[in-house]
Amino acid sequence: MSPAPQPIRDDERVTGWGGMAVAGREVRSENLECLTKDVVLTRGLARSYGDSSLPPPSRPVVASTVLADRLIAFDPATGRLRAEAGYSLHELYRTFLPRGWFTPVSPGTQFVTLGGMVAADVHGKNHHVEGSIGRHIRELKIRVGMGEIVTCSREVEPELFRATIGGMGLTGHILEVELTLANIPSPWIYGITHRIGDIDEFVVALKRAAAEWPFTMGWIDCLSRGRHMGRGVLFAGRWAMPDEAPRHPPRPRPRVTVPFVCPDWVMGHTVGRVVNAAIYRAHRTRPRPSVVHPEPFFYPLDTLRQWNRLYGRRGFTQHQCVLPESAGTGAVRSLVELLTRQGAASFLCVIKDCGDEGEGMLSFPRRGVSIALDMPIRENTQAIIDALNAFVIEAGGRVYLAKDTFTRAEDFHRMEPRLAAFDAVRRRWDPQRRIRSAQSVRLFGDQP
Amino acid sequence: MTVVILGASKGIGRAVARQLAVRGDRLCLLGRDVAELERSARDLEIRAGQSSQPVAVAACDLADPGTFAPALDAAAAALGRVDTVIVTAADFATQAELEADRDHLQRLLIVNFSNTVLFCEDARTRLLPQGGTLCVVSSVAGDRGRKPVILYGAAKAGLSRYLEGLDHKFRGQGLKVVCVKPGFVKTGMTAGLKPPPFAGEPDGVARDIVRAIDRGTPVVYTPRIWALVMLVIRWLPRSVMRKIGF
Repeated sequence: MSPAPQPIRDDERVTGWGGMAVAGREVRSENLECLTKDVVLTRGLARSYGDSSLPPPSRPVVASTVLADRLIAFDPATGRLRAEAGYSLHELYRTFLPRGWFTPVSPGTQFVTLGGMVAADVHGKNHHVEGSIGRHIRELKIRVGMGEIVTCSREVEPELFRATIGGMGLTGHILEVELTLANIPSPWIYGITHRIGDIDEFVVALKRAAAEWPFTMGWIDCLSRGRHMGRGVLFAGRWAMPDEAPRHPPRPRPRVTVPFVCPDWVMGHTVGRVVNAAIYRAHRTRPRPSVVHPEPFFYPLDTLRQWNRLYGRRGFTQHQCVLPESAGTGAVRSLVELLTRQGAASFLCVIKDCGDEGEGMLSFPRRGVSIALDMPIRENTQAIIDALNAFVIEAGGRVYLAKDTFTRAEDFHRMEPRLAAFDAVRRRWDPQRRIRSAQSVRLFGDQP
Repeated sequence: MTVVILGASKGIGRAVARQLAVRGDRLCLLGRDVAELERSARDLEIRAGQSSQPVAVAACDLADPGTFAPALDAAAAALGRVDTVIVTAADFATQAELEADRDHLQRLLIVNFSNTVLFCEDARTRLLPQGGTLCVVSSVAGDRGRKPVILYGAAKAGLSRYLEGLDHKFRGQGLKVVCVKPGFVKTGMTAGLKPPPFAGEPDGVARDIVRAIDRGTPVVYTPRIWALVMLVIRWLPRSVMRKIGF
């Protein structure tokens, strides 16, 4: 009994997390199989920063999975969980963490759906140990471009399975996901945090921490200059053992919502420098282990709901790249120096070392160091991204499509020797390339 | 508590069912599509975890009053006794769609008013001997004749009045009647519409409903702010209502 489709009104917009908007409409229904019949793209909670979840101009309707969020099966003996694609990590956290189960790989926010996690092949603080989420996916149910519904896994239609992991939803609409949860000793985190003096020290410290801890991540103050350039804070941890953890389960944390879209100066240089310096000074110089709540450890930004509004009307973008080990140890410093030379102000910069490449045909992580730079969109953003991408291509690295808004098609092709294999899978399941997004129009050469 | 829910597969009903299941209530889901109900039942059982009780299902179509009594009896058989009956199922269409489609209008008026009342009557007669709660989702649309929801609102207005009468007559005999008046809620039902200010999420609305059932509140607006909004709307003179589009 859903309302009949109406033409898109002028004021209807579909928006990405970074604030980029296109004319279009998001449709929702509990019945995902029905909903995905006539659309060319499906999205989850729309946490991709750029245009990955935005529809192409000629087909402006995108299906949302968020109401299709039922659990289908859970086996407490093996941790195997099957759910509809709109089931969110937030729900998984609430339901399964107290029972001693959690996703083996968690991105930096819990407001993502299982379908979205598969499409972006998300990685987390433990990439050097557990790989990206694709490694833990067992089976997928997909509506492919030709319309039929296909179940795929490592055994059945493995090519489609591998292309869908990290395939940005371009191989079809993900309807159901089956994955294996990790059994955790307690719902608390045992970890250390401490300051790091500069960027070179950071790369070394991350490597050292990775040998010792399953979860590692670094926050860099990209606004400090000179000998403090690239100073920051290193976070490392593991699940706490039952005897280390508090007896009670972690309580839900209070959340504050940013009530309105802020003026530009909020994410300007001055405020940024003050806040970054304050964060830096709030942490200890020497590591001292402690037991911490899992929510601020995994999802520090989720405390502030709608934090994307801080960046103002023009929004923001993130440049996240991975620089392979072959690029050498100085590559990270060179990238940060390049950013500074461009006069770019990155308010938030996150560094993480990555383990081996996963099975996903277009999966982002590979062995090396990943650096994510959040920046408000200004007149020179395109030029900055172009310069950063030139460096990434030179270093043999690549960018993360789930964050990207500005990369040019020719640069993307230079970064992605794997594209031909991915295109071959798309040709088989969707010869007309019906399934597409604003991003695939921009980068994959799909018809607008 | 043992609860029968008509409309638990979708929207507000789904959110209410989840909160009740997680806190350990025993449920029976009623709806048109038994396969869908079974799927929702499995979802509820997994979410409930250790406190999980098997969730029962029974076929019941709000468009077919002949299915009401058998469904309620099947639920009673599955649950042993029924403490609470919740109705969240209803039809919806915009004013423009209903003006243009007379058949749909007739269907909607029958389902949302006549048949919902018939279902409540069947539930009432079963609840009365032992006492219990009847919770029905009406709408703020029934509080005032408003241009965007004249037809949908008319059926909901009738439903709200019926529930008010039930409360007056049967509260003393142990039947608590809860009339829920949601404002705009972001569910599949309203998916094609642009959310106005104060639009609610199903989870928050479900929390308000569960609280109202526990306390036996006769009328509950949700999200809460709509109580204030509708207070103002109810007091606006006709001359103003004719001019505004709300």
